[in-house]
Amino acid sequence: MYFITYLISGIGLGSVYALIALGYTMVYGIAKMLNFAHGDIIMIGAYVAFFALSRFNVPAYLAVLLSVVVCIALGITIEKLAYKPLRKAASLSVLITAIGVSYFLENGAQLLWTSSPKMFSSIIKSGALELFDGQLSISYITLLTIATCILIMIALTYFINNTKTGSAMRACSEDKGAASLMGINVNRTISITFAIGSGLAAVAAVLLASTYPSVYPTMGSMPGIKAFTAAVFGGVGSIPGALLGGLLLGVIETLAKGYISTQLSDAIVFAVLIIVLLLKPTGILGKKKSEKV
Amino acid sequence: MKKNNVIKVVVVTMILALLAGCGAKEGSDSIKIGGSGPLTGDAAVYGIDVMNAAQLAVDEINAKEGKEYFAFKMEDDAADPEKSPIAYSTLMDWGMQVSIYTVTSGAGLAVAEDYNNDRIFALTPSGSNTGLIYNGKVNYDNAFQVCFTDPNQGRASADYIAEHKLASKVAVIYRSDDDYSKSIYATFVEEAAKVGLEVVSETSFLKDDADYSAQLLEAEKNGAELVFLPIYYQPASVILTQANNSGYAPIFFGVDGMDGILGLDGFKAELAEGVYLLTPFAADATDDATVHFVTAFKEAYGTVPTQFAADAYDAVYAIYQACKAGNVTPDMAAADICDIMIDQFTTMEYPGLTGTSRWAVNGEVNKSPKAVIINNGVYVAAE
Repeated sequence: MYFITYLISGIGLGSVYALIALGYTMVYGIAKMLNFAHGDIIMIGAYVAFFALSRFNVPAYLAVLLSVVVCIALGITIEKLAYKPLRKAASLSVLITAIGVSYFLENGAQLLWTSSPKMFSSIIKSGALELFDGQLSISYITLLTIATCILIMIALTYFINNTKTGSAMRACSEDKGAASLMGINVNRTISITFAIGSGLAAVAAVLLASTYPSVYPTMGSMPGIKAFTAAVFGGVGSIPGALLGGLLLGVIETLAKGYISTQLSDAIVFAVLIIVLLLKPTGILGKKKSEKV
Repeated sequence: MKKNNVIKVVVVTMILALLAGCGAKEGSDSIKIGGSGPLTGDAAVYGIDVMNAAQLAVDEINAKEGKEYFAFKMEDDAADPEKSPIAYSTLMDWGMQVSIYTVTSGAGLAVAEDYNNDRIFALTPSGSNTGLIYNGKVNYDNAFQVCFTDPNQGRASADYIAEHKLASKVAVIYRSDDDYSKSIYATFVEEAAKVGLEVVSETSFLKDDADYSAQLLEAEKNGAELVFLPIYYQPASVILTQANNSGYAPIFFGVDGMDGILGLDGFKAELAEGVYLLTPFAADATDDATVHFVTAFKEAYGTVPTQFAADAYDAVYAIYQACKAGNVTPDMAAADICDIMIDQFTTMEYPGLTGTSRWAVNGEVNKSPKAVIINNGVYVAAE
């Protein structure tokens, strides 16, 4: 029974990774850049929700909504100010800029809200679903996280495949030059991608903070890096890949902690990642692209 | 063109004014106490508390003496071993004669040798790593600690648990990339074996790990009745929440890093109900010294002082006691003051907020740890 408990807590952790990984993978797929500030947008989202809930006592759904709105605005602003001027620059410059934005957000948060952590109170009532006479308990927040993650993934896949904006996104991801020749507004499409990615970050933030209730300025960095790993694991640029990568990463991490060693769990996770990438360099669900010479 | 010249003149004047300001500070007739700590960054909570409390003590002493007996300067080192040497240089330029060393161990390790070579007496309020007073080969005779060393905390915790029969099967969850946590963990396990505690589960985590459910499950699976947490309060708060969510309710036992958990913004005190912690200072103790300190601190800074603040307050007063007894005057060289202070500290007894302290020749403090238990959201002395 302990195995199932480990498994479920791994899936819970993995769902949060997956939600964050979706943001990474979408931006990478369309703008071809690694937005390392993504983890810090999560941090901002968590702070917004924290203040909304604890200072202004707004209902939970409103706090989530507010957090989503703030994160979308922030994501678009960052894209306009920091990344858009570098659209034609080398990808390395954009990468460094993203790291700069990440530091800016972390230090800004430290100045505004100090580095002392804040305790987030869960958006739903704490407690657990008891199964098999209490032998197995799954906390409600884990159930909510998994459900939200699956729902968002379905909605996103539908959006990308069946709407006009979605096709514009796919076109941009294939070839930006050709897309703009066909009359697609590339800049607008990229902005929308950032908006969606940041909105998802806000949702992930609330779920992350509800499960692991500590909000502090560098809270986004570690989950951000793990989620980025998950995105690479599943195949960066692929939406189902982000989900699969996130879930696998969470489960491997938790099982490694439970059965092998808590000290080596991260080493084990990354060892698995290396093996997967050796066998399949584009990630589990990554598309293989043939370069024409 | 003209405008440019005006700007230049203004800039030059400003620079001159700044330089003049620096010069004016020289030759003051107070004993200069310096120190560095994280005033920005992750650990700023501790640094700012230390700075405020030390300033409070200095102000009180100056008021009592009726003159500026001490001058105090705190530099920011962001708890970063790369920045503390810079802070140290700034303090030396200022003319530091006595030091409260550094707030955190990591930053202190980078300047420990400088302090020793330059013969500056250094008393750290809160740097608990033994490397601050001992470099593996030689003992830094100029360096002393107000707080317990890490190994002592581990030993004292195991002794306390065994003596009061809190549990026979214990689990430990520690942070494996933190010297503080690791060294308490190591001595705890060693001492536990001696006093007959069975350590059934030893698990660890890394900085910024978010999930502790696997570690808790491991402890629960092995039947631990008590979970020892030699960690800071931020991960501890998450561990308490996750244990509560999964319905696992052992006794939680923390050390001084757990202090501050009740002051966490948004923390629900009922989560920490029944948590034990070993700390030399409890802000709601009712003895006169604590009441006076807590009231004065709250009045000046608006927050409840943590144990770090109490340690810093004690550090300044211990230096004051030694200066008085050794007839230290502001015109003495730092090296001479250092010798006098070493004589005083190794022989004197200092009754402070955090207990009556005596110092060993190696710089370690000797005072008795107090255990408190959190009851209805306040610390109560545990028996």
